[in-house]
Amino acid sequence: MDATDVASTALHRQLGLTDEEAARVEAVLGRAPNRLELAMYAVMWSEHCSYKSSRVHLRRLPTEGPGVLVGPGENAGVVDAGGGLAIALRIESHNHPSAVEPYQGAATGAGGIIRDIFTMGARPVALMDSLRFGPPSEARNRWLASGVVSGISGYGNAVGVPTVGGELEFAPSYSGNPLVNVLCCGLLPRERLVLARAAGEGNLAVLLGAATGRDGIGGASVLASAAFGADVEAEAAKRPNVQVGDPFEEKRLIEATLELLDRGLVGGIQDLGAAGLTSAASETASRGGMGMDIDVSAVPLREPGMEPFEVMTSESQERMLAIVAPSSLGQVVEVCERWEVRATVVGQVTAGGRFRVLDGPGGEVLADVPAASLHGDAPLYERPMKAPAWREEPAGATPPLAPDSGATRVPPGTKVPPGASTRSEADLETLTPEALAKDLLAMAYDPSWVYRQYDHQLFLNTVLAPGADAAVLRLSAPGARPAPGSPERAMALSTDGNPRWCSRDPRAGTALLVAESALNVACTGARPVALVNCLNFGNPEHPEVMWQLSEAIDGMAEACRGLGIPVVGGNVSFYNETAGTDIDPTPVVATLGLIERLRPGIPMPALSPGGAVVLLGPDGPAATSLAGSRWEAQRRDRPRPHGLLAPLDLALHRRLLDLVAGLVAARLVEGAHDVSDGGLALALAEMAVKGGTGCRVSGVGSLEGLFGEGPSRVLLCVAPAHLAEVVARADAARVATRQLGAGGGDRLVVEGLLDLSMAELAAAWENALPTALAAP
Amino acid sequence: MAVRVGVVVFPGTNCEHDVAEALERLGGQAQLVWHTTTSLDGLDALVLPGGFAHGDYLRPGAIARFSPVMAAVNEFARAGGPVVGICNGFQVLTEAHLLPGALQKNRGLTFLCQMVELEVASDRSALTAGLVPGRRLRVPVNHFEGNYTASAEVLAALESEGRVVLRYVTNPNGSAHDIAGVCNEAGNVVGLMPHPERASGELLGSSDGLLLLEPLLGRAAGWRGQSTSGPQLLVSGASNP
Repeated sequence: MDATDVASTALHRQLGLTDEEAARVEAVLGRAPNRLELAMYAVMWSEHCSYKSSRVHLRRLPTEGPGVLVGPGENAGVVDAGGGLAIALRIESHNHPSAVEPYQGAATGAGGIIRDIFTMGARPVALMDSLRFGPPSEARNRWLASGVVSGISGYGNAVGVPTVGGELEFAPSYSGNPLVNVLCCGLLPRERLVLARAAGEGNLAVLLGAATGRDGIGGASVLASAAFGADVEAEAAKRPNVQVGDPFEEKRLIEATLELLDRGLVGGIQDLGAAGLTSAASETASRGGMGMDIDVSAVPLREPGMEPFEVMTSESQERMLAIVAPSSLGQVVEVCERWEVRATVVGQVTAGGRFRVLDGPGGEVLADVPAASLHGDAPLYERPMKAPAWREEPAGATPPLAPDSGATRVPPGTKVPPGASTRSEADLETLTPEALAKDLLAMAYDPSWVYRQYDHQLFLNTVLAPGADAAVLRLSAPGARPAPGSPERAMALSTDGNPRWCSRDPRAGTALLVAESALNVACTGARPVALVNCLNFGNPEHPEVMWQLSEAIDGMAEACRGLGIPVVGGNVSFYNETAGTDIDPTPVVATLGLIERLRPGIPMPALSPGGAVVLLGPDGPAATSLAGSRWEAQRRDRPRPHGLLAPLDLALHRRLLDLVAGLVAARLVEGAHDVSDGGLALALAEMAVKGGTGCRVSGVGSLEGLFGEGPSRVLLCVAPAHLAEVVARADAARVATRQLGAGGGDRLVVEGLLDLSMAELAAAWENALPTALAAP
Repeated sequence: MAVRVGVVVFPGTNCEHDVAEALERLGGQAQLVWHTTTSLDGLDALVLPGGFAHGDYLRPGAIARFSPVMAAVNEFARAGGPVVGICNGFQVLTEAHLLPGALQKNRGLTFLCQMVELEVASDRSALTAGLVPGRRLRVPVNHFEGNYTASAEVLAALESEGRVVLRYVTNPNGSAHDIAGVCNEAGNVVGLMPHPERASGELLGSSDGLLLLEPLLGRAAGWRGQSTSGPQLLVSGASNP
């Protein structure tokens, strides 16, 4: 081995390529790559860009359905919304940048996903954020949480896309590695749908938007595709790998791009995201079966002296690559000038499928590779998978069950997770109404401290604001208005994750998640029509993590098939790991639903005085489980009950979705709320607080009945006059109903278990978040 | 002929389509006016809508006041034409000295997007003509810099001249005297932080914003009738009685 070989070995490793991957590059090219080529392969073959560890599993997801116009693999999924309109949606993680620099990490997360949407020709109309942090008792977690919220607020508000909902959760597994998943939805006239493809030899590649700087170089490989160490200082040193966002630039870019697409001035357009110009140019070319020459000297730079590899892999924000016929260039420049957007010809579409980087027009060839090889030839890994040890233990190793442990629900041979043990007599002593009230108060929180910081109303579409089971938005946007005289329609959106269910059983847990998300949109009267996912996992080189991913995908596939909901896009975030410890498996799903006829008065998840409180769906001890419940997690210092997650009957769930959407659409209910984490107790408490009334219910029976979690359950508040019809419709759908009690009074009473003043509950609800996030 | 309202759009403005939609619900006709426009001929009123003009860089409104359109806005206002600044538009009008005072960061140092209750404080303005002082309205706010401030003398003058137009019932942002909106001496130039267009229908939870936009259209129609000799020329003289 000579000195050059040693140097290049060191280089590919620094760039994040393994020795095998470097050899594969050499095999593709038939020669050793130069430094620029190696840098381009390193970013394109990174986990972040290539999905090399997850792609073999993602294929198992159902992706087709009657309304799907564009499935996974493009910048965003697109679903037919009827009336000539379509909805584009995508969700993506920005976990690692946010861990290092929370404001910019979250801001550019929003910026990136917004570009994915308007790239498709859609006007971005809604953002949602699914946020997870470590416990707020640690100062760093508070800094991360408020930084991320400020970043979303600062960027999203200014760029002019409302943030209409999301999730916020604190759990120990996210200390050091927060999760910031951002969903964006856009609306477009069906005929404006654009796919990022280069066509026509001689057409021009025009770079739109910001100048290119040194920010975010190698962000996809160095930051997004590697784990964090324990050294906070060393991680802080990665801040230069985080991009810096400018919402004003992006706002102008949105307007310019939509005008260019509206006027048919560009053939294809692609945003510059991870792996920057290399990715945008090579993917656009290879999707169109073409090649491309990029003149690296033509790229407008933010600072002098940038190396070609820096220009080609920079992740500077707010840039797009448009494919323009030479005859349209003048008009393109004119539109861009009006919006004060820079437009620069940086390349040309070529025949033959080569992706070349040149120094000046007709200048020195700095790189010359097959365009398709940069993503098409990325390695695919079937990484080793292994179930955690506790699943493999022989049945005999299961600890003996105490008589009161609910043992009848645990089938023989069921494996028990570490730390699980039976409930003791001492534990039961803490199950007094006072203790249970305290447990409930610790669960309830009002998310409005967060969403008040987000413009959630722009475009006059937001019918149900954040805080409802799902956001409901009128389907209308500048440039994508419904046909005059057509009935007002709406979409419903819900993002959902549950690491407790998914760490207990990633397959069953993910199926429960899909079921919950669909039920959330049904509670607003919508029919679920599509789902996107963001799969947040630990280090894929850990066999247990790959097992979790594979199981989660199987659970998602089963539930989506059973409920008839196609998966139209997704994102995988690996290496969510700090100092060797992986996060709990956290698949997040976002479900899109459609409301065919939008009318005022969609029921809120709220009780009203005198309304009957009705539980819809399975009831009794087998319907719920404390395993993986919020209550169990909260009482982590107590001996934990063990067992399985509650079973999910997909056929029943499907009937329930139709039933609930129908009841809501017919306005037969005054309030509807999915019973999810926190069980019946939390669902009841939330409905009571939002309705500003107490309630009295009975027959809940046990701790499992109060805090146990299980699918396919909805709490309804029904006016007495409608009760008979609600029950009749449920009977016809073969869904069980039970009247638990009625709204009214100033106490929340669950007979025999809970008796709490509404004033105390409302105070805990309002103060929880501001108190937790305030400095001590 | 429908009243024609120019909705001024700076780069970074984002509420222009919403304002246009709300005006059109009332039968008005909205026309987007790009910030480089120098002639406002044919327009009966102007709205400077919310958003982040020029990215709010330096300070909200600080750059927008130098946009070419502002000379024409100034002239339009001096001639008596109704001009309303909503949120960022209010900030622009204060920076342009068409309205007194300034909007500083909210007391709580966070952005605030929420429904607020307002009280009509004066019926002297183009937005509140015909509304009984004391009347309560539910209209959302959406801002980071909505904390109205002015010198004691200016505040005293605003109060004594009935130029405090709208007040918050519960002050969300620290504004002096709970001020949510003010007007100039003639009442034709009005600025307010709340967004009337966001309270323009039952689906949005309130229609009270229309109660503010309706008087604006009325004033615009009236002004058009008086302004034939002013700098504003009508598109069609024939339709002008």
